[in-house]
Amino acid sequence: MTAVVYVPADAAAASVGAERVAAAIAREAAARGLALTLKRNGSRALFWLEPLVEVVTPHGRLGYGPVREADVPGLFDAGFLDGGAHALRLGPVEDLPYLRRQQRLTYARLGVTEPLELADYAAHGGWRGLERALAMASADIVREVTESGLRGRGGAAFPTGIKWKTCADTPAAQKYVVCNADEGDSGTFADRLTLEGDPYSLIEGMAIAALAVGATRGYVYIRSEYPRAFRVFSEAIDRAAAAGWIGADVAGSGRAFHLEARLGAGAYICGEETSLLESLEGKRGQVRVKPPLPAIAGLFGQPTIVNNVVTLATVPIVLDRGAAFYRDVGFGRSRGTQPLQLAGNLKHGGLVEVGFGLSLREALYEFGGGSASGRPLRAVQVGGPLGAYLPASAFDTPIDYEAFAAIGGMLGHGGIVAFDDSVDMAAQARYAMEFCALESCGKCTPCRIGSTRGVEVIDRLRAGAAREADTALLRELCDTMVQGSLCALGGMAPFPVLSALDHFAEDFARPPR
Amino acid sequence: MSSAALPIRPMPLKAPGLPPAQRQAVQAALARLQDLPGALLPVLHAVQEALGYVPPDAVPLIAHGLNLSRAEVHGVISFYHHFRTRPVGRHVLRLCRAEACQARGAAALEAHARARLGIDFHDTTADGALTLEPAYCLGNCALSPALLLDEELHGRVDAAAFDALVDAARSDA
Repeated sequence: MTAVVYVPADAAAASVGAERVAAAIAREAAARGLALTLKRNGSRALFWLEPLVEVVTPHGRLGYGPVREADVPGLFDAGFLDGGAHALRLGPVEDLPYLRRQQRLTYARLGVTEPLELADYAAHGGWRGLERALAMASADIVREVTESGLRGRGGAAFPTGIKWKTCADTPAAQKYVVCNADEGDSGTFADRLTLEGDPYSLIEGMAIAALAVGATRGYVYIRSEYPRAFRVFSEAIDRAAAAGWIGADVAGSGRAFHLEARLGAGAYICGEETSLLESLEGKRGQVRVKPPLPAIAGLFGQPTIVNNVVTLATVPIVLDRGAAFYRDVGFGRSRGTQPLQLAGNLKHGGLVEVGFGLSLREALYEFGGGSASGRPLRAVQVGGPLGAYLPASAFDTPIDYEAFAAIGGMLGHGGIVAFDDSVDMAAQARYAMEFCALESCGKCTPCRIGSTRGVEVIDRLRAGAAREADTALLRELCDTMVQGSLCALGGMAPFPVLSALDHFAEDFARPPR
Repeated sequence: MSSAALPIRPMPLKAPGLPPAQRQAVQAALARLQDLPGALLPVLHAVQEALGYVPPDAVPLIAHGLNLSRAEVHGVISFYHHFRTRPVGRHVLRLCRAEACQARGAAALEAHARARLGIDFHDTTADGALTLEPAYCLGNCALSPALLLDEELHGRVDAAAFDALVDAARSDA
């Protein structure tokens, strides 16, 4: 029997040598005259184990990792193709506690399938949501999504069904479905994992969205920092179109949905939906005033739904399994699952998809394994560069939208970045202002100018000549930015600054490290 | 002073514009993409992909091809960090400066990179091998610090790994 081996073809896995490991396995098998099928799955997103090599055995897929190129001959010597014992042997991958404790719904196929293989996608539940949607009236699709409780996973947590209904109820000759894949928050990689590791789930979700609102065109706006994701996803669009799942005649229904991937150009602000639309129109990514809502007047002035990758990639399972199935997972008003992304100074960084309600402490220690450096964790930033820095005293907060809002934080896109006690929180506050200055689109004065003044005030504050006056000034400046900015960039960049001042004031009272 | 005293200067020569090869690349990008809705970003990407940057002399050509003003095209190029208006080295190294990388030593790596290459962000090494650029998240936040060398992502980059990548990039002239 020909042995089957999986080595992830994912940018993060490749970043620690997966391509070299795959080549070494092929080379070694050939040299030993062994028949071997090398499959390239997506990453399971247990990144500390990458490159994670899996071997198909009668007892399931056995994992070995993290495998370096130099380990490969030894793995063959140990008989890893038959599940042989080796120091890197992890046992059945599905039994790893990190995976067993998760509820992978949106990411059910991640790392399991070969991302671009249409047959693999179909064999693992793919297209069933779209097939069901094709048999439904548009209003019923919208109702199903509304009843599932799905809220926008990009950061704003707006109820998806309500957004869709607004668009569906606005008559127009041309409507659009736009996917926001401009995943700019540090500490997040969920969108990238979908684009590279399960691209058809996004395509299917967008096709369902198009049916629901009456759109015939769609765009996926992918950031230029993700060249591999852009390449893989563009290929997925071509293959799905060739197979008739999208295009002039969606799955033989007679309805059209044309999909195109567009590349961003390194502007964080384009993750804000109206500036993303400006960018798609070929303009500077400047924020628009709302109203009108994009659902009423969006891309090229037409009704448009703009949803994040994770939101749209979750739609197929909602349609396939029904609203009740999805809604019954979760906590309070946060329904379904949230893909958390554990990043920064953690031993076990990766994707953790669980029902809402896990505590931050469980995420950091039970999944994350504590700090990678071995030093105590001191601060955690949740929700990207606009998220508050939380001290250890907040680690028992349950992870859901409302609980985070109650402590002045936000869940955002689900990124959790951990810092150990070597962090200089005044420097982190300064960086938040510096980043805002760099990325401000320039439309609102408090954001455009306030961010630069913020950097200056923090520098003066640290110099210590007039600490109390400068602290008061910094807080006042933050207030002006929060109240006087149109979008979340200027409106929330003060949050990391204020939280650093509130919880880590001692760092502002000493010179930079 | 009488007008006869003024020296007669030759008429300024018309700006030479783009060299023919570059002009051809810009025109090819326009021919392929100008009919897309919102074509400017795709065109600029195609030009930068072909030439490594968007030459300022390409702006009038692009503006004409897309029926935009030169100001509009310039405004878009200058808005987006990704678009460059100067030639680049054979390789572009984008170093992540964002929080998840900061938590694992990005600042030290950045200092090492500047010292090792002897250049600042947006500059190119004297041998023309490498252009150093900042990036704000590469989506490799669980394997930080990260960098993107051309289109290849690298994770858990320490000073030694950085040096090895730089040496390899420099030796492939």
